[in-house]
Formats: sequence, C-alpha cells, structure tokens
Amino acid sequence: MKLEDLRKIRERASKDLNLRKGDARVHVVIGMGTSGIAAGARDVMAAFLDEIGKRNLADTLVTQTGERGLASSEPVVEVRIGGQPTVVYGEMTADKARRVVVDHVVNGNPVSEYVIEVRD
Amino acid sequence: MTRRLDVLVCSGAACVSSHSAKVREALTQEISRQGLGDEVRLVETGCMGPCELGPVLLVYPDGAFYIRVQPGDAAEIVEEHFLKGRPVQRLLWEDPEARRIAEKRKLVPFFEKQSKIVLANCGMIDPENIEEYIAANGYEALGVAITEKTSEQLIQTIIDSGLRGRGGAGFSTGLKWGFVAREESPTKYVVCNGDEGDPGAFMDRSLLEGDPHSIIEGMAIAAYATGAAKGYIYVRAEYPLAIKRLRTAIEQARHEGLLGERILETGFSFDLEVRIGAGAFVCGEETALIASLEGQRGTPLPRPPYPSTVGVFGKPTLINNVETWANIRHIILHGAEWFRSVGTDKSPGTKVFALSGNVCNTGLVEVPMGTTLRELVFDIGGGIPGGKGFKAVQTGGPSGGCIPAEHLDTPIDYESLKALGTIMGSGGVIVMDEDTCMVNIAKFFLDFSCDESCGKCIPCRIGTRQMKGILERITEGQGRPDDVGKLRELASVLKATSLCGLGQAAPNPVLSTLEHFADEYDAHIVDHRCPAKVCKPLIRYGIDKSQCRSCDVCRKACPVEAISGTPGGGPYVVDDEVCIRCGSCADVCPFGAIHVAAGAEVSVAVPGNGAI
Ligand SMILES: Cc1cc2nc3c(=O)[nH]c(=O)nc-3n(C[C@H](O)[C@H](O)[C@H](O)COP(=O)(O)O)c2cc1C
Ligand code: SF4
Repeated sequence: MKLEDLRKIRERASKDLNLRKGDARVHVVIGMGTSGIAAGARDVMAAFLDEIGKRNLADTLVTQTGERGLASSEPVVEVRIGGQPTVVYGEMTADKARRVVVDHVVNGNPVSEYVIEVRD
Repeated sequence: MTRRLDVLVCSGAACVSSHSAKVREALTQEISRQGLGDEVRLVETGCMGPCELGPVLLVYPDGAFYIRVQPGDAAEIVEEHFLKGRPVQRLLWEDPEARRIAEKRKLVPFFEKQSKIVLANCGMIDPENIEEYIAANGYEALGVAITEKTSEQLIQTIIDSGLRGRGGAGFSTGLKWGFVAREESPTKYVVCNGDEGDPGAFMDRSLLEGDPHSIIEGMAIAAYATGAAKGYIYVRAEYPLAIKRLRTAIEQARHEGLLGERILETGFSFDLEVRIGAGAFVCGEETALIASLEGQRGTPLPRPPYPSTVGVFGKPTLINNVETWANIRHIILHGAEWFRSVGTDKSPGTKVFALSGNVCNTGLVEVPMGTTLRELVFDIGGGIPGGKGFKAVQTGGPSGGCIPAEHLDTPIDYESLKALGTIMGSGGVIVMDEDTCMVNIAKFFLDFSCDESCGKCIPCRIGTRQMKGILERITEGQGRPDDVGKLRELASVLKATSLCGLGQAAPNPVLSTLEHFADEYDAHIVDHRCPAKVCKPLIRYGIDKSQCRSCDVCRKACPVEAISGTPGGGPYVVDDEVCIRCGSCADVCPFGAIHVAAGAEVSVAVPGNGAI
C-alpha cells in the first residue's frame, strides 16, 4: 500500500464516520410519531435511506422527530439544505420519497406538488 | 441502505465492569426485533470519560448522551429514540447543578471546558477497527513524515512544538529524540512506557484501550526520525484489555502495510512488539523498565548513561510515555505553531487527567495546560459530593503532594505545580474532602513507596520504612515531640541519596502535607487528636445521654459487645477499651445519639453537632 492508497481507504471509510461528525449538507427529518408510523413513516424512512445509500450521498443525514401537530398530513418529512429555507413535505410515500431524493436533494429543486409548508 | 444512527457503547474498563456488554447485547436484540438492523449500528469505543456514570451510550447524529443504562432500558431506548426519534429523557445526562437535561454532548459541562486532542478518538471510534482510525485522519502523519520529511525536520518540529514528556518529569520530547538520532549505532529502539503504576491513574490505560493506533503511529514516526527499526510497548499485566487491543491494532497495521517491511512502499521498515510487565511501580522508571523488558529483574541503574545512549540490549533507546506518543501525530499534522497555541508558553498542549476521590464527576478529562485546579475540580469535576467542604487535591501520586484550598487558582503546568511542592506526575488527580486526614494520606503514600521500593539502595529501602514507622506511630497517638524533625531529616537524606526517582520523590507526600497541614501533625502528636476523625486509635465513640432512648439497636449492632444497657433503662454506654471503632453503632442509631470525638480529652456531650 502506498500513501495514495491509504488516502483512498480514508475517503471510503470516512463516509462511515459522517454520522458522528454532524456537519452534513442536507438534513432529512422524518416525523416518526405514533400517527406518522401508522400512516407509513417507516416505509418512507426506508425509501430515503435506500435511495441515499444507492446514490452514495455521504453529505446527507436522515434523522427522525416526534409528532408535530400535522396529523392530517402524515407522514411528514422536512428537508433542510445549507442556508436555504426548510421545505416540509406531507402525505409522503416511498415513491414520493425517492423522487424527493432525486429532484430536491441531488438537483436542488423542491418537488412543489408535495410541499405543505416552507419555513425560514 | 444508509445507516442513520451510530450508537457508541463505551467499552472502557470502567464501563465493562459495570456490565456494558450486557447492555450492548440487549440493545442488539431490540434493534433486530424492531427491524432496525440496517439503519442503526452499535459501535464499541474506548473510554468516553465520565466513568462513574457508566454504562454510557452516545447516539449520533443527535448527540444524546445516556448514562447508567441497564439492560432493561434497551427496549424503551430502541423503540422511543431509535425508532420514533424521542430520546428517553430519564436516562439522559442531567447536570447536577442546573438540574436541566443536557441532550447534546457539547452542552454537558463535563465536556464543555475540555478540549480533546489526545482523547479525540477515545469514545468516538471503534479501537478494533483500523479503518475508523484511518478515517479519522489516522496514519496520515506517518505517511507524510516518511514520504516528505527528513529526520531533522521532524525532530525540529517536535522541539519547536515545546512538547514535554507526559510521564512525569516533563523533559523536552524533541531534545530527547535528537539525542537518540545523534547516536551512531546500526541498532536503536523506541519504547512506549505504559507501566502506569500511580494509584488512581488510568489515563494511559484508557488511551491504549481507546485509541491504540495513535500510539503505534507516534512510535513509527519517531522510529523513522531517530533511525530505529524495532519498538516495544511495555504494558502491565493488569491491563488485559489494553494488551488485547494493542495486539489487534499491531496485527491490523501490519496487514495494511503500516508496520513491517517497507512501510507504505518506502524504504522505511519498523515493527512493534508488546511486552508485558508484572506490575511493579518501579518498572515505570525507565532503566528498570528496560531491564524488565530484556527479561531481567526490574531494578533501576544509575544514570548516566541515559537510555538514549545505553538502553534496550545496550543500544540507544528512545523511551516516551503513552500520552507523549499520542500527541506526536497531531503535531506532525497541524504543526508546532498550532500545538503552541494550546496551553501555556512553557507547557504547551493539553494534559489528560484521571479525576478520582471525593469529586462528583470522576473519570477521564483532557484540558489545556494552564487550566486552574479550581476549574478542574469544581467546573469539570462538579465539586465535592454530599455537600462536604473541599480540603486538598493530590497530584503526582506517591511522588507528588497535596495542594490546599488557598492554591486552587493555580494554573496547571509543570513549573506552577513544582512551586507548590508537588509534581504534574502522569496525571492522577485525587480530590479530598474535609473528612480526610492528611497525616493518614501521607502514611498511605509512604506505605505504597515502602512496599514498592525495589530494595536496591539503602536510603530508599530503609528510609521509607523508617518514615512509614514514624507516621504509623503518629496516627496511633504515639507520636513523639521530635517526630516532625525526624521526618524532615529522613526526607532530605532520601531525596539526596536515593538511586532512582522512587526513593528521591517518596518523601514528597510527607513534606507537602507538613508544609500545608502542619497543624494536623501537631494535633496528632501533641493533643492526641485526629481532627478529621479518621485515625482509629485516636477517635472515641460515645453516646449522648440526652439523645439516647435506650432502644437497644446499637448494642445489637456492635460486633464486639462494647455497648451495654437495657432496653428502656437509661442511656447506653460504650466501653472504650473494647470498642474497635468500626462505626456500626453510629450507622444504625435512629436518633443520631452516637458521636465521634476527634480525641480522648474532649467531652462527647455536645448535642446536635457532635463532639469537636
Ligand atoms: C518510580 C518511577 C515510576 C515511573 N513510572 C512511570 C510510568 O508509569 N509511566 C511513565 O510514562 N513514566 C514513568 N516514569 C518516568 C520514566 O522514568 C520516564 O521518565 C518516562 O517514561 C519518559 O517518558 P516521557 O519523557 O514521555 O515522559 C517513572 C519514573 C519513576 C522514577
Ligand atoms: S531508590 Fe528505591 S526503588 Fe529506586 S533503586 Fe533505590 S531502592 Fe530501588
């Protein structure tokens, strides 16, 4: 192994430590309260994790939060990118989640049909 | 599938002994029961620091810090937090003063005032996984050193950084490297001193357990800089987990071509071996360590010659402490200037301390040099438990001394501590509350040095025994008027004539307590009193007539039938001749009628606040 090879290992392995650094570019926050889970939030979470994994988006963090009083729109998902306003999506499904990853997380265009709220 | 949670389970020795493995098993089960196996990963790490709160868990990315987790808590943590995102409040770290729940690690005062350089990886990465170490910039310093730097450049960087040996004496690390590099010998060695024999010290053990690769990397850099091809890590047999993790780390480093022949495909070769010591304090002394490492009896030799000229198997040898080694890669990566920006002018960098004794947050801490003792004990340590008053802080173990309250604002650095009659030592810090007898503490350390004296030279072998004998009779109430003078005289002989640092420094605990707590020696010798009510032959148990209700509980509790009386029939009495001062009666009396007096002459009948 040469120094370059060591650096390659580091590049690959450091993705494994990203969760512990807490400096991600994109935060995806999924509402996992009881009503969120009842409405299918687990599938939505799984779809996000799968799509993000497939696309190797090391700078994207997926976390959960509890009930937020938007019960009629569950599952609810927030996407925060850098300094941009927070986009809140409602009535999410696994398919919608995959589209949010492609359009919003990767290409930077919020999927307006699913948006229920935009916050600064 | 991407992972979304890393759950760091502390596997430092303290958490292991509080059954962190059972907690880990329970968590693993619950995680798979909830089907979260792909999303949540458990990582075993080295010591996170706050040892008396164990088992502890740290959850990333949200930073929730769980303490005293029991296997039975696993289901709730996994369902509520890992699945639903609601941290279990009752298990989160609670600040004892503000009574607020601190969710994030950075909000916990224990961590707030610390700055982790050496310990940055401890409790953060899995010490048995070389890839995690590499990800945390591991082996980059070694790579840069052996491909881009010359020996002279590296040594100059270490000199410029001002790094001083963390094993106790504080000698310039860079200069020492230079001495070994200068020697013309085809065979040289580098050695890691992991003996760590001070009572109450566990910094080096935690580093070896929590970040073994950082020691290997530091040693490899030094080997390149000084021209050594072989190194030894000397660890005491009482540290089995450290030994296991070191061996795993060495194996992994060899496998990746980071140890062994032609490291990173350069011309530089270096390999390491772990040597296990039997755990004698004197084997931490460098010449004794070398003898022990060679398979001989571990006794010191006169210096000079220093190990840098005549060391392992008679060859030039560079020996540094575990924590010294752990600093090297950071200095090579970030430069001497950066290192000097932390700490004080004469003592740059940080120091790791093991806080123990009468302090709320015992555990492992890392602070910049120059932090005051007050910050260490009260801000980071959380002060004295049980509403007790502070009395003293002991640094430097059996070679150090006690610092009283009036010097709490002293900055921690080599020179300031020396001026107070103690030493930095390897980093053990023992906090003592008002119930501590300083003569007894001096006796404890002298007893330790006397036991650990290798016996090679007379001043230490006989002198420590004599000093111990005098301290024993003082604490037994048999002290003589000239005992303090005799202690001082013996101390100066030991300091001046002992062969090694053990004997030379053994009197320090006595001298420093004589300096700061002379009145306690007087109380023992002249008044036959132990003001802290610790020394058994001096204290007296008595029953306050006005408070005793003749309930018979104390009589039953006394193991030696020293208490007499009949239920309902007048106050009970303790027979001082029979009493063994075990305190069982005072523990059980429901009316607080049993008092301890500091000495024989004083009456015990002071209701309410006891005898004085
Ligand atoms: C009695 C005695 C015990 C010692 N124990 C240790 C020890 O446990 N660990 C250690 O690193 N140094 C210990 N030392 C200091 C070593 O002799 C030596 O100075 C040190 O390992 C040098 O490394 P450093 O320059 O990195 O501090 C001890 C010294 C004496 C006199
Ligand atoms: S000072 Fe004590 S420990 Fe050191 S060589 Fe002499 S007898 Fe041995």
